[in-house]
Amino acid sequence: MCGSTVERERPKSPNIQIYRPQLTSVLSIANRISGVITSFVAVGLVLWLLAVAAGPQTYAAAQGVLASPLGQIGLVIAIFAFFLHLCGGIRHLAWDAVYGFDLAAIYASGWAVVAGSIALTVATWIAALFMAR
Amino acid sequence: MARKSMRSPLAQASGLGSAKEGVEHWWRERLTAVALIPPALWFIASMIAHAGSDYVVFIAWLRMPSSTLMMVLLLVALFYHMALGLQVIIEDYVHSSVKLLALIIMRLSCFTVAAAGVLAILRVALSG
Repeated sequence: MCGSTVERERPKSPNIQIYRPQLTSVLSIANRISGVITSFVAVGLVLWLLAVAAGPQTYAAAQGVLASPLGQIGLVIAIFAFFLHLCGGIRHLAWDAVYGFDLAAIYASGWAVVAGSIALTVATWIAALFMAR
Repeated sequence: MARKSMRSPLAQASGLGSAKEGVEHWWRERLTAVALIPPALWFIASMIAHAGSDYVVFIAWLRMPSSTLMMVLLLVALFYHMALGLQVIIEDYVHSSVKLLALIIMRLSCFTVAAAGVLAILRVALSG
């Protein structure tokens, strides 16, 4: 029975290729991606700690890598990914405690995560530049 | 039927989900997330404060017992949380026979890197 349906490929769901990205879905995957990036940052942190423990020369070399243009770009990405995951994580903890489930609150907290993580990244960078002077 | 355990059948079954682990993984993920917030923010603040420090000043700060303690707490919570999170990602996207292998490699790698980090901290704290 229903021989025609066998030949026709059934639609797949969710159709993320044609589905318009929304703040909710973008932040959902962003939380996962920023978590993965922060994992790489964590490995980098340990490599940096090993350089610290190895002595002043190795430490200077590690600081040189971080001070290079590529190192600075990596540092900005690392700080932003960390703050995005932190803010997104706090949003998740609020949901786990059954707060902020109506649509207005979901969008308000979502934009708060975006604005908060950008603001914290910029603030961290400016504060570090000020202290480095 | 002779009972093999002193625990009641209900006590044995309660808390067990379809994967026989209940909410344990989910709960540990939340617990390590909350545990990470103070040492992570402390670390960012400390790195800002030491942006202009030289090696001697920085090492002196790292050797303080409070700094050493916070760094160890940070590394343990960070890599525990990281292993739990990466486990979910592997379980979501890897469905072939390499899934178990990927999970094992990920777990052992997290443990190894965390141990290396803790040893580096202790080496700075306890040397000379």
